[in-house]
Amino acid sequence: MQALYAQLLVGLINGSFYALLSLGLAVIFGMLNIINFAHGALYMMGAFCAYFLLNLAGIGYWPALIIAPIVVGIFGMILERTMLQWLSGLDHLYGLLLTFGIALIVQGVFQNYFGSSGLPYAIPDELKGGMNLGFMFLPIYRGWVVVFSLIVCLATWYLIEKTRLGANLRAATENPTLVRAFGINVPRMITLTYGLGVGLAALAGVLSAPINQVRPLMGADLIIVVFAVVVIGGMGSIMGSIITGFSLGVIEGLTKYFYPEASNTVVFVLMVLVLLVKPTGLTGRAA
Amino acid sequence: MAEAPAKTTGTPVLSVQNLEAWYGESHILHGINFNVNAGEVVTLLGRNGAGKTTTLKSVMGIIGKRTGSIRFNDQDITRAASDKIARMGVAFCPEERGIFASLDVRENLLLPPIVRPGGLSLDQIFELFPNLKERLNSQGTKLSGGEQQMLAIARILRTGARFLMLDEPTEGLAPVIIQQIGHTIARLKSEGFTILLVEQNFRFAATVADRYYIVEHGKVIDGFANSELQANMDKLHTYLGV
Repeated sequence: MQALYAQLLVGLINGSFYALLSLGLAVIFGMLNIINFAHGALYMMGAFCAYFLLNLAGIGYWPALIIAPIVVGIFGMILERTMLQWLSGLDHLYGLLLTFGIALIVQGVFQNYFGSSGLPYAIPDELKGGMNLGFMFLPIYRGWVVVFSLIVCLATWYLIEKTRLGANLRAATENPTLVRAFGINVPRMITLTYGLGVGLAALAGVLSAPINQVRPLMGADLIIVVFAVVVIGGMGSIMGSIITGFSLGVIEGLTKYFYPEASNTVVFVLMVLVLLVKPTGLTGRAA
Repeated sequence: MAEAPAKTTGTPVLSVQNLEAWYGESHILHGINFNVNAGEVVTLLGRNGAGKTTTLKSVMGIIGKRTGSIRFNDQDITRAASDKIARMGVAFCPEERGIFASLDVRENLLLPPIVRPGGLSLDQIFELFPNLKERLNSQGTKLSGGEQQMLAIARILRTGARFLMLDEPTEGLAPVIIQQIGHTIARLKSEGFTILLVEQNFRFAATVADRYYIVEHGKVIDGFANSELQANMDKLHTYLGV
């Protein structure tokens, strides 16, 4: 049973990253209509940002949790202002190709300087060690990642679904022209939304650094699964992204326990099934 | 034909001269000229596809390419971004109403920001449109067509804009609702709002408008005051093909 719980925990942690990343992708897709293939590279930049803060400036994990998403978020907003904004109104393919190109360049630059092997990032002192829960041993840092991710996801959901700002955002997703004609600066909102989505990816990167180490291709490996998660969950729903992210992490974990050979493919098998039965995804709305 | 010889008094709130506009490659407006004076209700009449809606959208700044001159309160807004135009006090109620499905009625109502003081309070809005108050928590697009139209008008009354552009507010609505919208427009006019209306429903327009302009093939081809309406009936029938 110990092994089952351990795999469940790994699943929940992976699910946390899936949820944070697919949430950002969903928000970005809603507002910018862009399939943000650079998301994995930006996640990696979040982890590297935490690494640089620690090793170049002596700034530790807790400030990095705030600084890295802001720094990478600003980088994202510059990308949006200088490149992505010119693609509005064009076919998805252009955004996909551009962001894919950005991802390759960013990853290439980091690989050039840091190679492909992982750089260590220590667990902060406050979260070292573990707890014996009776039925399993819980490393505190891992528990923290799951709980904190869940809180951030729910806070993002609340921001978008329950606040005035979120209402503006939802309205601009539906009909940006009319929202702008009401006097709302939609281009600025789009830039900030991209910054928010990118910031969530960077946050996931910081959370992941002590668990998975800091590697230039850490995002490239993850992003393919995340896109499968997004396809399964559907692009239309914030809560859908969160629930799908966590559940697919858990399903992956369970598969590792019961049938390890399939653990790398189970998400893609599910994706195929969902595409066959409900092409808009489990919670998605028709385009 | 020459510019419409409609009677105008005072300084225009909105003055449109030689407006041309394009949707992508297609040239829709070929020289629109008209004025709207403070406190007036002015109606653009014309057949489907004549360019009435495009004219409103050009004033609102949401048609990509436009030339000529659009002046609002003596400021040139020809090339201004639509959010800037809205902030100057121009409010637009689109033909398709533009109620947001992902927002409830309250959120739809509160969506347009206040651009200047003097807008209607929520209480005043509920007095005008009691139905909305009962449906505040419904999803915007779950309302009936009439209620959606009321919501679309109500939300721009909150903003403090004193110049309203209403694109076919009676389209597809039951007579009793049309009557209610007519009362609303009359009430707004009495409170000093200036209204630019686009209508296919000529009989409705006649109950609220001070002046008319006829739009055909992207040009204003005629104009007259409500008092000259009877004298122009024959022409109107020809223009509108009714």
